[in-house]
Amino acid sequence: MSRELRTPLKRALGLGSARHGVRHFLLQRTTALALIALGLWFAWIALRLPQLDYAGARALVAAPLNAVLMISFAVAAFWHAQLGLQVVVEDYVHTRWLEFALQIAIRFLCFLGAAACVLAVIRIALGH
Amino acid sequence: MPATTRPLSPHLSVYRWQIQMVTSLLHRATGIALAAGTILLCVLLLALAAGADAYARVQAFCASWLGLVLLFGWSWSFAFHLLNGVRHLAQDVGLGYAPAQFVRNGWVAAIGSLALTALIWACALARGGAA
Repeated sequence: MSRELRTPLKRALGLGSARHGVRHFLLQRTTALALIALGLWFAWIALRLPQLDYAGARALVAAPLNAVLMISFAVAAFWHAQLGLQVVVEDYVHTRWLEFALQIAIRFLCFLGAAACVLAVIRIALGH
Repeated sequence: MPATTRPLSPHLSVYRWQIQMVTSLLHRATGIALAAGTILLCVLLLALAAGADAYARVQAFCASWLGLVLLFGWSWSFAFHLLNGVRHLAQDVGLGYAPAQFVRNGWVAAIGSLALTALIWACALARGGAA
């Protein structure tokens, strides 16, 4: 065990505010702002897809601007979903181990979903 | 369920129905629905990357009854969460908080979401083929 060299005041200050209290709030609003624009763009893409055959649909998503926006949309959507589901679980699940397991599962699934979407768009854009 | 058996304060059942509680509740519900909808986004992109056969199966699912019901539900969830989300962002900077405004813009979000959903499906049908 190392000897505690910090003063009691320093230790108490270390347990205080980390100045990250509003991080979740701000991230939720930031991703929300991004999703207003990206969501409307995605709605436009989703309305075009049914008219196109496979090659046409692939070409639409492969267009450089659309590929970048699709990756941005997927990342913002999964990120925003994780932040929102986190709050729902915090509010309604009061059994500690279950809440912990759900929070971890939500983070893992949202990351996997985003990673899968990003890889898919890269494959589409690069023609693999 | 909580492990403790502390008495609970009066909950939703003691309140008279009002638009404020409906928009709040629906914002969460549509958010959860849209989170589930990201699965379709994933499947769509993975199928598009995988090949014509996989994409055809996704198209067939979207054109099925179950697919259309889900797409309709997600389109309305998208419309409501979008409009009510804008309302929340406005409230975050202090706008529209007076009770009368709050009730009015709550109704705007609710009715606007139905109008936006109708617009989305009108576009989809006008362009030929629902899905």
